[in-house]
Formats: sequence, structure tokens, C-alpha cells
Amino acid sequence: MTIQFNDETFRDDYTFRNSEWAIKRFPFPFHEDSYMYSVNMERHRGGPDGSVYAKRFDVDEHYIAEMRDRALVLADDPLRCQSLPHMTLAGWDLLELIMVSKSEDYPDLFELHRDGTTWRWVNKPLGIDDTFTFMDEASLPYGPMEYITRQTQGDFAVLDQRENNLWMDAGMVTTQADWSLDFDIGMNFFEWHAPVPLAHEMGVFKRALKFLLNVQQDSPARRLNWTMTVNPLLDTSPENYHKWGIQKTTLTPENVGRKQHLRVELQTFYRLPRSNALVFPIRCYLIALEDLVTVPKWGRRLHRVIRDLPAELATYKGFIDNRPIILDYLSRFDDGLPTSPGIWPDIHSEPPLQT
Amino acid sequence: MSAGPGKLPVIVTAKVKLNDLVTRFEFAHADGKPLPPFSGGAHTVVEMRDGDVTRLNPYSLMSDPVDPTHYAISVRRDAAGRGGSMFLHDKVQVGDRLVLGTPVNLFALDLTARKHLMIAGGIGVTPFVAQIKQLQTTGGAFELHYSARSQALASYADDLRAAHPKRVKLYLDDQSQQIPLERLLSGQPPGTHVYVCGPRGMIDWVLATAERLGWPPEAVHSEEFLAPQSGKPFDVELAQSGKTITVGEHESLLEAMEREGVDAPYLCRGGACGQCETGVIAHDGTFQHHDHWLEDDERDGSKIMPCVSRFEGTRLVLDR
Repeated sequence: MTIQFNDETFRDDYTFRNSEWAIKRFPFPFHEDSYMYSVNMERHRGGPDGSVYAKRFDVDEHYIAEMRDRALVLADDPLRCQSLPHMTLAGWDLLELIMVSKSEDYPDLFELHRDGTTWRWVNKPLGIDDTFTFMDEASLPYGPMEYITRQTQGDFAVLDQRENNLWMDAGMVTTQADWSLDFDIGMNFFEWHAPVPLAHEMGVFKRALKFLLNVQQDSPARRLNWTMTVNPLLDTSPENYHKWGIQKTTLTPENVGRKQHLRVELQTFYRLPRSNALVFPIRCYLIALEDLVTVPKWGRRLHRVIRDLPAELATYKGFIDNRPIILDYLSRFDDGLPTSPGIWPDIHSEPPLQT
Repeated sequence: MSAGPGKLPVIVTAKVKLNDLVTRFEFAHADGKPLPPFSGGAHTVVEMRDGDVTRLNPYSLMSDPVDPTHYAISVRRDAAGRGGSMFLHDKVQVGDRLVLGTPVNLFALDLTARKHLMIAGGIGVTPFVAQIKQLQTTGGAFELHYSARSQALASYADDLRAAHPKRVKLYLDDQSQQIPLERLLSGQPPGTHVYVCGPRGMIDWVLATAERLGWPPEAVHSEEFLAPQSGKPFDVELAQSGKTITVGEHESLLEAMEREGVDAPYLCRGGACGQCETGVIAHDGTFQHHDHWLEDDERDGSKIMPCVSRFEGTRLVLDR
């Protein structure tokens, strides 16, 4: 299908909208009516046609607007993109992975023509047509990681693998759920996960690291994570907390359906073959509650999950103060009927909301 | 789920005898496609159909990691082994089709190192050949100290010395030359990492010397693939699969499970990567652990690495 790209913003006037198509393909993260941490990793090997899992790097109607927002963030704060000196090879790996994947998965939007080390990259949505020398940094306007991630939705943490650990040694992070690359740069897996409550005691990170160290180059993996965001803000960074944190206090019973968004991260993991590093793309999807509840199953389930979530998690995810307003709203979309297992909307098999 | 590697169908494009012991095999993708890039130090598992027996042996890739047109491995003839190397030497010919596992790297360069000090013994030189090619592309200081039994058996020594005369030093046993390890490990600039690949004795010597001289453990890297050892046949009950199988004298427990159609994960098949770690539910007998993976407190009958380890006794029940 041809994608109609939205002209929209993720700041100031917040004109971001999801089309009917985008709502139906939203990566709803709850496979049952409750939520607790788990390693919940599975192979990233496609998914149903049209779903966000179908392609290696999903491109949707928000592509051009998200790339515009990224450029604005970087203009204000260049430290959102960093790469330690030993990570340049991993940057080339990432550029190759994305260019090959996108040109194969979206041949109408992206083209890659390779003649030895002379590569021509055509990005039609962004109007880019560049010829460069693979592995020669001087032939690109930015380093290889920055060049390709200015053209790819989602944040990217590029992790060096050594000493049986992973190290946050490069990244492009402008659409994050309140963590900072500049703070985490150079940290290992346990150091950058230190603030997460409960999961350490559960041994989640030890198991997750063991899994990630063994991700092999033709076997990418994926998982979902989630939080809540007031207003469709991509950049909810600690650096800009003074700008967005206060917006959480603007939530009212009247505007909660429109302003409160469920924020879902599709996290994938790829072994980078030339550097043996690991890349961790973190793709952010936003949906307003009023759009989410148009899927009856999701409305029922989200109410139950938010209602029963342990207070530590609601605090960590930053919505403990707004939970009563959110629950009051969501309860109107929970008629108590059972829900079908799994994450899919099941529009045609699940009953409409009983009133 | 297992994170095991995928498969690459290949054709043998060259078979080059280097000396009495070592032969190089080169492969291209069977469908003419480019082969995936890899990082220096990676290995591939070569799948061989030898009559009714499927052999899966890991070999270090030694071709240029940036060259997608072919892979190369070098195989040392091991007459005392279980037959994989003999099969390659004696049966596999140019034009034959084989299946390779996608490259896996358990012996990667630490790219934060200021200098890479490489110590090779015999056929252990092969991962360094690819690592040196990688460093030629990306830049990076290295030295290779390569010990071999004789000039004739020093595979690739001439090529390496011709390409890097100041960085490659050869030591020949038959001329009583020995790597001056103590001096080498004492005189390195800060930020140097040392890598060793070779026979067990050499690895132990390097690791012990580095430790004695105060090298930080994270700056010392080694790789040794263990070949599974033969032993007395034994029976195993596989609880998840509901099967009881017999492990033959010359096969590993992992191979026996594969023969019986039990899906068992693996990456290195040499006791190093941990992928095939399997829980022990019950046992009456003694384990012969041969791996480098398990902690001491896991060797008391709670876990086994089926790629290299065996069992002697009356009953063994595994969680597989």
C-alpha cells in the first residue's frame, strides 16, 4: 500500500493524529488483563501483513513528521546523538542493516544501489538521493549512525559487547521515555537499568542479558514496553522535563481522552555482523485514550491493567498522580465482559461495549 | 526459544592443501547470493552428511570479513578425532554442496583496546587471519606472535609476514624457538588486550602468565573449541520429549539428541558458549564434565553441557 504521510507536530500545537489504519495496527502491549515485568522476548521474524511487526523497520504515516521533530531536538541539543570512537564500525553496520532492510521491504519508498563500496541511497519520502563510499566517513554529511538514524523512526541504542556485558557506547535518542543517552553513555547493562524498580529482585535483568548476549546475526528478537504520556510528545527526556513534566498537571476529566496517550515501545534487537555489537532500536507509538477505546477489547483490558498495576510501577511510569482521572475515564469502557487472549484487536469477534 | 544460528547453503569453490596437516576450503553461496558479513574471530558450524551420520564441526572463518563473495576455513587433519576433519579432507571435493551455520563470534576483538596482542599456536592462527584483515580495514594496532612445529607446518606464516613484516613474528619448535611470553606481556602499553588461540597447554600458559603479571582479566581473551570426547555408551531419559535415547561411544549427547529428532539449541558445540546448557532432573552415577561454561556448583548434578560432556551410571534424566 502507499502510505499517506501526515503533516503534524509532536510539540506546541500537537496536531499529531492517528488515522483509522494506524489505530487498528497499534501495537497494544497487553496480552492479558494484567501486567507484570517479564523478559517477554520473542523472535522478530515478521508478523501479520500490515501489522507493525511485518517489516524489519516499520514505516508509517508519522514518518516525515517524526524525522522533522528529531531534527528540531538535535538542533537544540546535539548530545542526543553520540558515538564513542570504537563504535564507528557498528555505525556502518547499522547503516547497512537499515538501508538493506528498507530498500527490500519498501521498494517504492527506498532504493539502495551498491557497486562495490560505492553506494547510492534514495529516500523518496525525505527527498534524499546521496552517493557515498561505504566505510568512508568523509563521504557522508554525518557519521554513519547519525546519517541513517536521522532517516529512521525510533531511538537507537548501539551496544558494544565485551566482558560478557553490553555497553551503551553509541546512540540516537530523541523520542525516549524519560532516560538520557548523555547520562547513560558508557554504562553497562546493569548500570543503566539500575533505576528500574522490582525487576532486579525478580532476576529479570540477569536473564535478559544472558538472552541478549546470545542474539545471533540472523535471529533478531523483539519485545514491547509501555508507559503513559500526557500530550503526544515524542521527546519526554530528562533534559526537557521542565518543559513536559508540568504538562502532566493539565489533565482533567474533560480532556483526559484526548490528552492522555498510551505510549508503546516496540523494542527490537539485532546482532551487527561486522562489529559484533548489538543494536537496540526503540520505536515509540502513541495513541490517545479516546482512539484506543474505539477497540472494545483494548478499552476493557487497559482499564483492568491500569487499575491493578502495583503502585511502584505506576510511580516509575510517572502517572500515579493522574491514575484516578485515567481510571475514571477508562471505567466507562469496561463493561466487565471477558476478553479474548492475545494482543490483537479482534474487532469482529469481540462484542461491542455493552451499555 | 532458542537463539540458534540459521543456515547457509554453500558450494565448495576451492580445496587447497597447505601442508601435510592443513587444507583450506573456500565456499560461495549456493544461490550465488552474497554471504553475510561477519566480525574477525567468528566461527561457522559446518554440517556434513557422512552416510547416516550428520557431523557438525565448528571452524573459525579466516576470509576477509568484508568480502561477501566467499568464506574460507582451514581444517587440520585429526586422525585421532571422531571423523569430521577426516571427512572434509578425504571426501569433500570442489563443487560439493554443504550447509554452514550463520557466523557466530565468541572470540571478538575488544574494539576499545589500544593495541591487540595476538598469540597463536598451530591451526589456532585462523581466527587471527580474519581479525587482522578486519583491522586492516578499520585501522588498529596489532602484533601477532605465531608458534608452529616447523616452517612447513606454519600455515599462512609466509603470507602474514609478507603483508605485515613488522607486526608478525614466527617461532618454530623444530628450531627451539619459543614465544618470549614473559617479556611480551611485561612490555605492553596500557590499554593492550591479549588474545590466545591454540592448544590447551598454550592457552593455560598465557592465561596463567597474564594473571601472574597482573593483567586485568577483561583484557585477556582465549578461544579453544573442545572436540567431544568418546566414551562408554550411556542411556538418557529426556523428560520433556518423553524419549529414552542411547548415546553411542563416538557421539556426543547433543548429537544423540539431534539424531532422535529432539530440538536442542547450540552455538559452538565446543563447551564454550553456554547455549546448550541443560538441567538435570535426576541421576545415579557420575558426570564427566568437559566444558568451560558451568560454574563449579553447577557440576554437582544440576546441569550438563550435552555438546561435550558425558555420564557414567545407571540413570540420567534431563529437562529436555
